[in-house]
Amino acid sequence: MADDSTIEGRGPVTTLATPIRLDFDFTPGIAQSVFLRGLARGRFMGQRCPKCGKVYVPSRGSCPTDGVPTTEDVELANVGTVTTYCVVNVPFAGQSIEIPYICAQVLLDGANLSFMGLIQEIPTDEIRMGMRVEAVWVDEADLTPSLASVKYFRPSGEPDADYESYKEYL
Amino acid sequence: MAERCAVIGVGQTHHKAKRDDVSIAGMVREAAKAALADAELTWSDIDAVVVGKAPDMFEGNMMPELYLAPALGAVGKPMLRVHTAGSVGGSTALVAAHLVKSGIHKRVLTVAYEKQSDSDAMWALSVPQPFAAPLLAGAGGYFAPHIRAYMRRSGAPDHIGRMVAVKDRLNAIHNPYAHLHLPDIDMKTVEESMMLWDPLRYLEACPSSDGAAAMVLAAEDSLSGGYPPAWIHGAAMRSEPTMFAGRDQVNPQAGRDCSADVYAQAGITDPRAQLDVAEVYVPFSWYEPMWLENLGFCDLGDGWKLTEAGATAFDGDIPWNPSGGVLSSNPIGASGMLRFLEAAMQVRGQAGEHQVDGAGLALGQAYGGGSQFFAMWVVGADKP
Ligand SMILES: [Zn+2]
Repeated sequence: MADDSTIEGRGPVTTLATPIRLDFDFTPGIAQSVFLRGLARGRFMGQRCPKCGKVYVPSRGSCPTDGVPTTEDVELANVGTVTTYCVVNVPFAGQSIEIPYICAQVLLDGANLSFMGLIQEIPTDEIRMGMRVEAVWVDEADLTPSLASVKYFRPSGEPDADYESYKEYL
Repeated sequence: MAERCAVIGVGQTHHKAKRDDVSIAGMVREAAKAALADAELTWSDIDAVVVGKAPDMFEGNMMPELYLAPALGAVGKPMLRVHTAGSVGGSTALVAAHLVKSGIHKRVLTVAYEKQSDSDAMWALSVPQPFAAPLLAGAGGYFAPHIRAYMRRSGAPDHIGRMVAVKDRLNAIHNPYAHLHLPDIDMKTVEESMMLWDPLRYLEACPSSDGAAAMVLAAEDSLSGGYPPAWIHGAAMRSEPTMFAGRDQVNPQAGRDCSADVYAQAGITDPRAQLDVAEVYVPFSWYEPMWLENLGFCDLGDGWKLTEAGATAFDGDIPWNPSGGVLSSNPIGASGMLRFLEAAMQVRGQAGEHQVDGAGLALGQAYGGGSQFFAMWVVGADKP
């Protein structure tokens, strides 16, 4: 039997916490499948716009500027340049990386658009714009068609890139 | 020929970390009733309602405008919902203005809100996507690298961000609706606050707020209310993709195009000289100098110099965010509308202690998403 008097004693309910979840199937399409299959082989694959010649990685299948399909597959280097970055020092629900960590925009050699990457194997106060980095992949047996195949980026040991070489990608 | 349109009523809630005394419906109704009272109208005088808020995933209520219809007096009336991420409050006001300017309706109620205490925006903005590493830590993690790029590009010294953080919080003391009232803030307390997203510190970031904003927009033959109308002199929206090769993430083209359009409509060729006040979406301190340049208040690379010289201070030649801005109150969906609403309050002479003397022409600006949505209006005391 419920004890009504006890419930009344706690006053009215004003807030309910209701955890929610959302599961979905994702269909990547042709262009993104090229990228994902590349990751499963330990390679960064992008696509070139036939009109402006810019290389997108990952490609969404068309050039946002020209509105034409990108059909030429391009394999990119395993190294790139940190164009800009921040050091994340704030915890949030679902966070999977220990703070503080470096979240950087990495411009792979041969690409015309940077993407966000985790930088490790360097103290957070030594990261800088223009730093050259290389991808560190999981063991070959663990490669999957997912960005989980890239563990992180780390300094490649090359001299920093000149600001002029990447300033148009900021 | 478009009809003239004016703001004839404004209303907002007291923005707080947690409004646990009201539901979302109660909160939006509070702002709407205040706007109706300001316009000296009742629910039955309203022809249509336009609602905006940030993504539904924040509070987890899908299409909340449907359940809000009774609370907003919209049963049996046309109702529209607007979605443009953080800029949505501005875009929502512009959609309402279009309904009047096109001659479809005489009086439109427009409302925007967020109840961040019912939601987890950090989580909603950081959900792992199939093609991105799970790195993003909320909006700050997205914008901090672009702020660093601005600092590198312009050569701005570190203290500029702290100056904006202090200026906007001291302005907020004179706004009774502002969430944060920090009378003791100074450069040192900002510098000593926790580094969240290096180079952004805690006090250089906006708070999480519950709050709502509402306005009544009317056609020229349907004016009412005790304060003079704020006439819309220009209104524009622009957007651009978040990712394309050659995109300028510090100074987005969509923002430049949007301001060029709104200035052309309002006959503005020199915004710093011709505008009397601006309410601009600055959720992180460094976005003041960045938007000063994007909005054409100065030459490229000089935004930080205006901030440093005090030009944007309350007693400067072009006050920015006399209300305290987004840095002092951030009910996300409402934050853009608050910029538009505060601009209207200034030219109506109803801003109280944060009134800029003799403000005749004001800019309201909002941006959202990954700096890809822009909404702006210019309102004036004189009929256009
Ligand atoms: Zn192209």
